[in-house]
Amino acid sequence: MTRYIARRVLQMIPLMLGISVVLFLIIQAAPGGPEGMMLQSGLTIDPSVVEAYRHRLGVDQPIYVQYFKWLSAALSGDLGFSFQTSRPVATTILERMPATLELMSLSFVFAALVAIPMGIYSALHQYSSFDLLGTTASFLGIAMPVFWFGLILQLVFSVKLGWLPVSGTQTVGATSFWDQVRHLILPTIVLSLHSIAGWSRYMRSSMLGVIRSDYIRTARAKGLRERAVVFRHAVKNALIPVVTIMALDLAGLFSGAVITETIFAWPGIGRLFVQSMYARDYPVLMGVLMMGAFMVVFFNLIADLLYAWLDPRISYR
Amino acid sequence: MSAMSVPRGNALPHQVQVRSQARIIWENYKRHKLAVAASAVFALMALACLAAPVIAPYRFDAIDLSAIRQAPSLKHPMGTDDLGRDLLTRVLYGGQISILIGIFSAVLGASVGALVGALAGFYGGRLDNVLMRFTDIAYSIPTLPLLIVLSSFSGSTVPTIVLIIGLLSWMPTARVVRGSVLSTKEKEFVEAARMVGASNRVIIWRHILPNVAGPIIVGATLGVGNAIIVESSLSFLGLGVHPPTPTWGNMLMDSQATMAQKPWLTIFPGMAILLIVLAVNFIGDGLHDALDPTLRRR
Repeated sequence: MTRYIARRVLQMIPLMLGISVVLFLIIQAAPGGPEGMMLQSGLTIDPSVVEAYRHRLGVDQPIYVQYFKWLSAALSGDLGFSFQTSRPVATTILERMPATLELMSLSFVFAALVAIPMGIYSALHQYSSFDLLGTTASFLGIAMPVFWFGLILQLVFSVKLGWLPVSGTQTVGATSFWDQVRHLILPTIVLSLHSIAGWSRYMRSSMLGVIRSDYIRTARAKGLRERAVVFRHAVKNALIPVVTIMALDLAGLFSGAVITETIFAWPGIGRLFVQSMYARDYPVLMGVLMMGAFMVVFFNLIADLLYAWLDPRISYR
Repeated sequence: MSAMSVPRGNALPHQVQVRSQARIIWENYKRHKLAVAASAVFALMALACLAAPVIAPYRFDAIDLSAIRQAPSLKHPMGTDDLGRDLLTRVLYGGQISILIGIFSAVLGASVGALVGALAGFYGGRLDNVLMRFTDIAYSIPTLPLLIVLSSFSGSTVPTIVLIIGLLSWMPTARVVRGSVLSTKEKEFVEAARMVGASNRVIIWRHILPNVAGPIIVGATLGVGNAIIVESSLSFLGLGVHPPTPTWGNMLMDSQATMAQKPWLTIFPGMAILLIVLAVNFIGDGLHDALDPTLRRR
């Protein structure tokens, strides 16, 4: 077990290096460069000023030099400085992190609490009207663009009904807990939409597979109460593949957060990313993308470990 | 149908009905009622968008300042926007671009994925290793943020958007195809083909790819819906196709600021996206069932 984890962690190193090379090349390929904003201002700027600016940021050096500089600094936790604010990228990201983590973890829990019972009930009452309704809702949820869902919720609950705030994390001046909760409701629902739709489908089909298996028939045959059969025998086994998919999707929530934070003016990583993109702030873009990639790789590992841990038939090698 | 090319019961005893592969798949597909209905919806929407120059009531850029911001009415079934442009017309024209981007990027993604997967699975060894490690890398980068970066760099014309979405959606197909190729290449019919002297190219194209076509086609179909959503998300962030060319995404972006007063500007383009992606997903579902020989009822 320990050896398996150690090997998997070691395998992450070349993968992350590969990712950093690809990302660095892509980001450097950007036309315009950080001085683009300066030049766009319409003022006549002395080329020597532009050159000095580029030199100060280090973007006048050959790309491999820039990469190795970035890499050696990154290995010691220094992701460079933001072109816009001149503040360390790592600090900027860490500042924005809590807001994103709050939103992501709440959405994750909310999605799990809705999707899993929904999948179980649908499977136990296959083709019932609840099942059909759930299936339809899931297909709609998967086909719906996240941002449009967000706009419609804003339109209905904030603009028309006035029940919930349109955006932001809290009302200016208000510090109550309830105020913050009200601001969280819509973004959480929007971000969890795809997860609820996907996971409830997985849970349903996984559960359907399990309740037809021999050991469930055995459990019933020996006279266990239906509740024990369902929860202790069926749900436990049906959850195994679903839990791994949930771990994999956790990284996908990050992509969703970019859109959700943009709609609701949520001051997290996603919004930082979009703002940095407009400003061509390479170090911040690079930092956020690397962090996102690390999350994907990390949760892939977690998913594999969970799978092996939950399913005794799989052994570590 | 192609089944008719085989004379029924000609040299066969007991009037055995001969069904071609395509006929079998079609008959299986027809059983999936939702998929059939979805095909009709998709065809109808695609045709309506294609025929926009003929059936649209107005020109897509026809500004009518005497009719700005009108709610849906008989004259303007979906209302008008800030410049008095007819929304129905713009939804139809926008659909052309959105559907076009969806189909082309899905085809591109599936082709690249099939190629990478087939090469990796068939040749194995070092090539497999290199290609699959590269797939791992591409898989690990969060797609949407990367798409945002790439489209902000590339100037957002229709071909560049197709290229970017297509080149970032091949990884799942590559993995699935590689897996299928690995198992298919050990089959007896491949050995037989090799024995009669078929070249690697012939074996890949004639013997292996047709047998892994199912997952490729299903992947490409679902890819259409995904690409339409991605395009609209990019447009929503102002990074998709630029106005005045309408796409469903940039129409939604325009509508955001005035959503409270003119909800129809937000509702109709979004419904169009929802409907077409829903249809495409059901079609993919139907194809999945129809193309998988293990699920077939004969």
